[in-house]
Amino acid sequence: MLTILFDGIAYGMLLFILAVGLAVTMGLMNFINLAHGAFAMGGGYITVVLMQRYDVPFLVCLPLAFLGMALLGAVLERTLYRPMYKKSHLDQVLFSIGLTFMAVAAMDYFMGSSQQIVQLPEWLKGRTELGDGSLMLGMGHYRLFIIAVCAALTIALQYILTRTRFGSRLRASVDDQRVAAGLGINVNVVFLATFAVGSGLAGLGGALGAEVMGLDPSFPLKNMVYFLIVVAVGGTSSITGPLLAALLLGIADVAGKYFIPNFGAFIVYFLMIVILIWRPQGLFVRKGGK
Amino acid sequence: MSSPEIVLSAQGLVKRFGGITATGNVNLDLRKGARHALIGPNGAGKTTLINLLTGVLEPTEGRILLQGEDITNLAPHQRVRRGMVRTFQINQLFDTLTPLETLALTVSQHMGLGGRWWQPLGKRRDVTERCEKLLAQFHLTEVMNQKTNVLAYGKRRLLEIAIALACEPSVLLLDEPVAGVPAGEREELLQTVAALPADVSVLLIEHDMDLVFSFANRMTVLVNGTVLTEGDPDTIANDPQVKAVYLGHGEELAHG
Amino acid sequence: MNAQESLHDSRRWKLWEPVFWLLALATPFVLGSHALIINEIAIVALFAVSLDLILGYTGIVSLGHAAFFGMGAYTAALFAKHVMPDPLVGLGVAIVLSTLFGAVCSLTIMRGTDLTRLMVTIGVGLIMMELANKLDFTGGADGLQGVIMGPLLGRFEFDLQGQTAAWYSLCVLLVFFILAKRLVNSSFGATLMAVRDNRLRAMAIGIPVTARLAVIYTIAAGVAGAAGALLAQTTSFASIDVFEFHRSADLKLLLVIGGIGWLYGGVTGAIVFKVMQDWLSSITPQYWTFWIGLFLVVLVMVGRERLIRPWTWFGGKK
Repeated sequence: MLTILFDGIAYGMLLFILAVGLAVTMGLMNFINLAHGAFAMGGGYITVVLMQRYDVPFLVCLPLAFLGMALLGAVLERTLYRPMYKKSHLDQVLFSIGLTFMAVAAMDYFMGSSQQIVQLPEWLKGRTELGDGSLMLGMGHYRLFIIAVCAALTIALQYILTRTRFGSRLRASVDDQRVAAGLGINVNVVFLATFAVGSGLAGLGGALGAEVMGLDPSFPLKNMVYFLIVVAVGGTSSITGPLLAALLLGIADVAGKYFIPNFGAFIVYFLMIVILIWRPQGLFVRKGGK
Repeated sequence: MSSPEIVLSAQGLVKRFGGITATGNVNLDLRKGARHALIGPNGAGKTTLINLLTGVLEPTEGRILLQGEDITNLAPHQRVRRGMVRTFQINQLFDTLTPLETLALTVSQHMGLGGRWWQPLGKRRDVTERCEKLLAQFHLTEVMNQKTNVLAYGKRRLLEIAIALACEPSVLLLDEPVAGVPAGEREELLQTVAALPADVSVLLIEHDMDLVFSFANRMTVLVNGTVLTEGDPDTIANDPQVKAVYLGHGEELAHG
Repeated sequence: MNAQESLHDSRRWKLWEPVFWLLALATPFVLGSHALIINEIAIVALFAVSLDLILGYTGIVSLGHAAFFGMGAYTAALFAKHVMPDPLVGLGVAIVLSTLFGAVCSLTIMRGTDLTRLMVTIGVGLIMMELANKLDFTGGADGLQGVIMGPLLGRFEFDLQGQTAAWYSLCVLLVFFILAKRLVNSSFGATLMAVRDNRLRAMAIGIPVTARLAVIYTIAAGVAGAAGALLAQTTSFASIDVFEFHRSADLKLLLVIGGIGWLYGGVTGAIVFKVMQDWLSSITPQYWTFWIGLFLVVLVMVGRERLIRPWTWFGGKK
């Protein structure tokens, strides 16, 4: 039981890191970016390629996945995404689906369509068990690692948002773009940096998650729904909202699949629909927000 | 002399957004056949009040009565059905439709034909005749078949008001009808506003003091979301408090 | 031209339309060897028309329309297998059930922003897919097999070549097309377009917006269900990929290619898309999604309206 909770938390934290970039871009640029999953996939593949072909150690791959995708994100933001901000939501959806299709097909072409295996370093394999019987808590070391990394990132993100100047510029821009620009904040730079970091985080999440969630060219399509659920339920006006939503989703998914193997996945979608009908702005929106 | 019938009444209306009170305890009575102007400096909360009256915003406190019926909890479209119609300060039009189509659908909806899926738009003579009258009244006949998004601003503004009149309102809320209209086209618009039927009760928000004084027989002054004073135009024009408010904002409360 | 004539003019059948449909109905016999793809095109066109009703005419952004398509497919297949193999009765039942399902789902799309609506529609589609996957009587991941259709109208057998099937689909398409055209040209249809263009103003002239959304969503669900039923009946098979996200996405794409807000958009989009898909698949069987993706990106960057007006590509006036 506790193990399920533990696994759920690990999955949830992972989902959070994957989805937080999406939440912030949606809140900031009001842009529905369905291609976010492709960045995650990219991070995963960078890791796999570096480890398999160049023998780069796993731990080094993680920041490289982040940087690689952040760079890609920055380039794409400047070139392709920026003209899209003004377009209708339909156009944004079509555009990002198009990008996703291209990414998926490209990965299929270059890497083949089979599942990629990530070889974890020895010290991350294995499992520690505390307690016994039904209260046993079985903690896979890798999942512990995931939780640790994601928690650290979350604290870092929260710190950046609340304690740094960039963070306050970001929050101002989310609240009201025009006013922020009027205050002298370079909104373009804020967008670029945010998009880059968000994509980088997605890449990192993809690298971390490859072992847990599987990695093949259809990764973005399969998992995009989960990221969107986190954003829709958690709201786009904070990062604690998506964090809680991700944890909720992670635990619900793992528990659902364990207890009701046939309909586990189904529970998550159903829950989401109910939540969104009950609170169309998401579960955790500030009163008086957009 | 019997007091005239009150068709629209706002009682103790309050609207708070987080910590800000946009509308503070507003009482407003609109009499039948009124030509009632709502004036005040920018940011006074005039449009917010209109939004509250029409149901676009929910009041934090207070009641709204239309023809004696409590409509505080009614949805916007239900209030329209009961005869209260508004125009918007910034044109809210149907860009891909033509003025003819726009008016035809409004008239059809008003006549209760909006739900008919099998009957082509404009099949009925009474609908199209009403449209022709409105188009002529608002000088839109020449442009009736052009898409709204290619029309000149003055024509768009005329259409904005024509749509409201197509609903045959008993209570009409006009939010800055001549805003942004070039001087040459203001006359057209002013004449149409002046020619409204006498039994239609009109609440007018305007900054153009010429229009206000030539049109209104009663005025309410709104400042910072609350009612400063109310009365007939002459009293208001000479009220020192009102002058202070306007002079403090650099505007002259002149009238001709 | 007075008001009545103007309105009538813009809404009546143009000369080329009956010609188009006569030609279309003749294709299964004239182009007999292509009957299978003609059948597919007709089905996809019907599905696209149903999406156009909510997307193009009313402005609801949905990525889960496949849920109704799949509902129709499975209903028709199960009906033929367990109750009665008559195609028309099965079609009717499928339409009724999809419409009911649409009515239930319409409750979910009335509140919320574009994003929440998008999510809810995707969620419904996914639930349907999971259900079809896991429930026994739907055949699970392998799909529902052994669906044997009876002869159409008691006389026309579904032949292996697919001519009867193609003709059947085309006729159903035509019937629904006529009904849809009637609907969009009516006052009801005009109020839908008003909701699409400016929901605030639509409310301000007395249109009950949420009620209208619910009605058109329900109707569109029924039409999508009809398309799904046609697919199951003409291919004698129903599988879970009718619910796939890919289908909803492809549908959006083809509708956009053909032009939204225009009934022939669904039809032309279906023709163009299917032909392109066929052609691209034969050239690059695995990677045609790449080209589709590229096309989408370019399409949006250039601007949707400009694509079907080639004279605007090089800086001419709109």
